Amino acid sequence: MGYEILETKLLGPDSLLFEVKAPYVAKSARPGQFVILRAYDRGERIPLTIANADRVEGKITVIFQVVGKTTRYLSSLKKGDEIHDLLGPLGNPTEIKKFGCVAAIGGGFGTAVLYPLVRALKEADNYIIVINGARNEKLLILEDELKRLSDEYYVTTDDGSKGYKGFVTDFLKKLIEDEGKTFNRVFAVGPVPMMKAVSNLTKVHNIKTIVSLNPIMVDGTGMCGACRVEVGGETKFACVDGPEFDAHKVNFDLLAKRLQMYKKEERISLSTVANKKGGEKDE
Amino acid sequence: MSNKKIISKKTSMRKQAPSDRKRNFFEVALGYTVEDALKEAQRCLECKKPSCIRGCPVEIDIPGFIKKIKEGNFLEAASLIKENNPLPAVCGRVCPQEDQCEKMCVLSKKGESVAIGRLERFVADYEAKEKSTEATSTLEHLPKKSRRKVAVIGSGPASLVCASELARKGYPVTIFESLHEPGGVLVYGIPEFRLPKEIVRREVEYIKSLGVEIVTNFFVGKTRTVDQLMDEDGYEAVFIGTGAGLPRFMHIPGENLLGIYSANEFLTRMNLMKAFKFPEYDTPVKVGERVGVIGGGNVAMDSARVALRAGAKKVTIFYRRTRNEMPARIEEIENAEEEGIEFVFLVAPVEYIGDEEGWVKQIKLIKMRLGEPDSSGRRRPIPIEKSEFTTPIDTVVVAIGQIPSPMIARTTPELKVHPRWGTLMVNEETCATTKEGVFAGGDVTTGAATVILAAGAGKKAAKYIDYYLHNKEKREIWKELSSKEL
Repeated sequence: MGYEILETKLLGPDSLLFEVKAPYVAKSARPGQFVILRAYDRGERIPLTIANADRVEGKITVIFQVVGKTTRYLSSLKKGDEIHDLLGPLGNPTEIKKFGCVAAIGGGFGTAVLYPLVRALKEADNYIIVINGARNEKLLILEDELKRLSDEYYVTTDDGSKGYKGFVTDFLKKLIEDEGKTFNRVFAVGPVPMMKAVSNLTKVHNIKTIVSLNPIMVDGTGMCGACRVEVGGETKFACVDGPEFDAHKVNFDLLAKRLQMYKKEERISLSTVANKKGGEKDE
Repeated sequence: MSNKKIISKKTSMRKQAPSDRKRNFFEVALGYTVEDALKEAQRCLECKKPSCIRGCPVEIDIPGFIKKIKEGNFLEAASLIKENNPLPAVCGRVCPQEDQCEKMCVLSKKGESVAIGRLERFVADYEAKEKSTEATSTLEHLPKKSRRKVAVIGSGPASLVCASELARKGYPVTIFESLHEPGGVLVYGIPEFRLPKEIVRREVEYIKSLGVEIVTNFFVGKTRTVDQLMDEDGYEAVFIGTGAGLPRFMHIPGENLLGIYSANEFLTRMNLMKAFKFPEYDTPVKVGERVGVIGGGNVAMDSARVALRAGAKKVTIFYRRTRNEMPARIEEIENAEEEGIEFVFLVAPVEYIGDEEGWVKQIKLIKMRLGEPDSSGRRRPIPIEKSEFTTPIDTVVVAIGQIPSPMIARTTPELKVHPRWGTLMVNEETCATTKEGVFAGGDVTTGAATVILAAGAGKKAAKYIDYYLHNKEKREIWKELSSKEL
């Protein structure tokens, strides 16, 4: 008995949105939490952020990027298909309250994790400045949604194909240092170097910054410690102690290294012979 | 009684040869044949006052089932065991019988005890071969007499036994399991070569056939809280059997380097996720040429032997005391030794040293000596100053113990937790916690122990859950259950 996919939507090249039937998860889910899913019988358990939860209809929304074997298999599924296993909601919800002026910064696919936070922050009556950054225009996701939810919306691309040419950090720096913007809190989600750069910048300006970390996980319930991260010199399990932490205390270099642990195996996995059960597209 | 000469030794059980088994994941012990079982059963003296039963936490009628074996009624023997223990194939394999029933056997005073565990395993396996699960289920499906629903959290041995006892008493029971497969430590922790997963599945199917509903992918504390299960979902009693699933680390420098696993992670990847079959199964695991395992318990033995089977060239167990103080079963230590696992005693890691990419490369150890006995009765290891040395290592598995996960207690304010051990506080006789209607047993209350002690606690809890549900309206029922003396 699996979890039925109720809707699928392509958000960009290799970025997809699924609505999945999961009544209990939907009932308890709060912004910042995630699910662990196993797409098929022999699959890995992977964490995905809950982008939205509909209590009434008993469904949740997850957004994913096709990066490995599991996500490639997921991308071959259609409305009506089932996901083998889905557990959640996991992790701690985001601390949401009226902070004042908030910068919400998404780098690449991190924007998908940021999106539910922005919605909750908006509901809590914050003034929200979104910076949505990507390598190029094609990779930008959730533009309409974030534009609608934010008070100010900016785009940065590494190649300048849309918006400001440069990194999100450069743009944030411009807002703080050149335009004299005052932020009461910063949320940043994206690749590790981006979160580290934002953190280094906001540390100088003494702005409390929250990052959502994405280490490798197995069970997601605090049982294994695969997701251990170093925060303020202490070891924490991102699945139960996080996934959000005070950016200024996070050891980003360790996180970046630990994310590389199975790079070789991930390549082997992706190259394994296509077969329907094994999770390849059958087109 | 007969005047036949008593054979002083157990009938031996066939095993895979160490040279074969150390490179495969098939079961090490191969079990008794019918002839072996008949021969071994003959050794039982059928004592009038059997002491073996007193050594069994679930009080199996041991002489009774052995008598059935003598008579050749193997299926009846299996049924008789199952009246007290729904997990005979599991317990026949992983129980430390040498410390339980077999220790109490009168034969053990002069020679070796009756091989009760091997006989239990034999009848359970015999039944499985002879009887399909479907047949079992039609035979044993029980009517639900009560309307009082019970929720059982976790699906390890304590929960499985508690649930099956309650189902037999006629209660509608639902087990909630956070992983995708039921069995708890039996599926994520104990390796295939010691407990084939097929056997766990079989016994779980049997428990389902008693009418127990099992919901997987449901993490109590997150998906729903205990309070919600009771206040909103209509469960009148709850049993918490969530085990000791939180891995301990030593918090020494370098412990987060790549290639260092908790035993829980290493074994979960291997056992539950089948990483030893990567890339046929998607979950990978890293096993380098030189693997170091820290610890001296059964989990350490399991980790070492798994690493060997997964291709490690050299596996070393580093333990801070000596062989005599190792908490692992003697049998498992011997198995590990036979397979070529190296043991280094009286050492403890103090630091891990890595390369530029963050991979562990060396382990720095300090030598220890034994001092006075500590609270566990074992001699306390004391570091010897300036005795540090390093040795190269590619993979490390930290197997120094697990403590209960705090997730349920954190979300159930009325539950009290032991400040030091993180275990749930219960009345040991009744398994009653500090919250009315909530019982707990197994590793979550004792810290990591054995399958059979958990099973025993599950059984005891079921008895008092039954009592509670019959006397729920009685004044001060919870006070009564909380103050019961052993």
